[in-house]
Amino acid sequence: MKENLITKYWLPVLSLALFIAGLYLVFLYVPTEASMGVVQRIFYFHVPVAWVAFLAFFIVFIGSILYLWKRDDRWDRLAAASAEIGVIFTTLVLITGSIWARPAWGVWWTWEPRLTTALVLWFIYAAYLLVRSYAPEESRGARFAAVIGIVGFIDVPIVFLAIVLWRTQHPNPVIFEGGLEGSMLLTLMVCLAAFTTLYVTLLRLRMHLRKVEKVIKIFESEKENPA
Amino acid sequence: MENSGFLFAAYTVIWAVVFGYVFFLVRKQSSLKRRLDSLEKDLDKK
Repeated sequence: MKENLITKYWLPVLSLALFIAGLYLVFLYVPTEASMGVVQRIFYFHVPVAWVAFLAFFIVFIGSILYLWKRDDRWDRLAAASAEIGVIFTTLVLITGSIWARPAWGVWWTWEPRLTTALVLWFIYAAYLLVRSYAPEESRGARFAAVIGIVGFIDVPIVFLAIVLWRTQHPNPVIFEGGLEGSMLLTLMVCLAAFTTLYVTLLRLRMHLRKVEKVIKIFESEKENPA
Repeated sequence: MENSGFLFAAYTVIWAVVFGYVFFLVRKQSSLKRRLDSLEKDLDKK
């Protein structure tokens, strides 16, 4: 399909529109939560950021399996690009969670199960990126990273279920328990859509750059070592 | 507006990191374009 301005930019434009709507809903529409006050509004970005991190690592998991199976570079590019975005969003989850924890719990950090398993998740995928960067051969790095991408995904359901499996300070998943008032649920859904479209936009761009970089590297090595 | 400083900090961090990553991608794109231009010049010389 030939790419024109509409097919090229519809997703970033949609993402931008959803973010504008989301910010309006967060700061001007949704009522202030009774017990936590204004700081509870962190929730509307904190949860979507966590969702994107989980989604990104799920895509790494799928991409890694398909790369090891098919040995097609496209799957490796998908996994690598998604891992990079996943680490960035996990960093944001940890930072925004910590900022929220200070007024809510009185501490910036506590070694409770949800926070600890989320930090472990960050280290797993940071290791994934380091293995890729420092492997002596690119293909070997991709294979090692794919194994980390598959095994490391085990931590994602553990992070998600930590609040059910252990006694934690972290609040229960109010979304699934129907504990959110209508306007709060709408605001959260718009923010979830905004962050999901942002993730897909960034993923497409990062995959494209990885593809171009690989082609350039091939031509540069041919230039340096002509046959 | 108790604790509004924490709210401001959380949203600022999110936007700063997202824009920082977009900036990194734009820089990367520019650097790749320079390398591509250099390869094209070499090809033209031949």
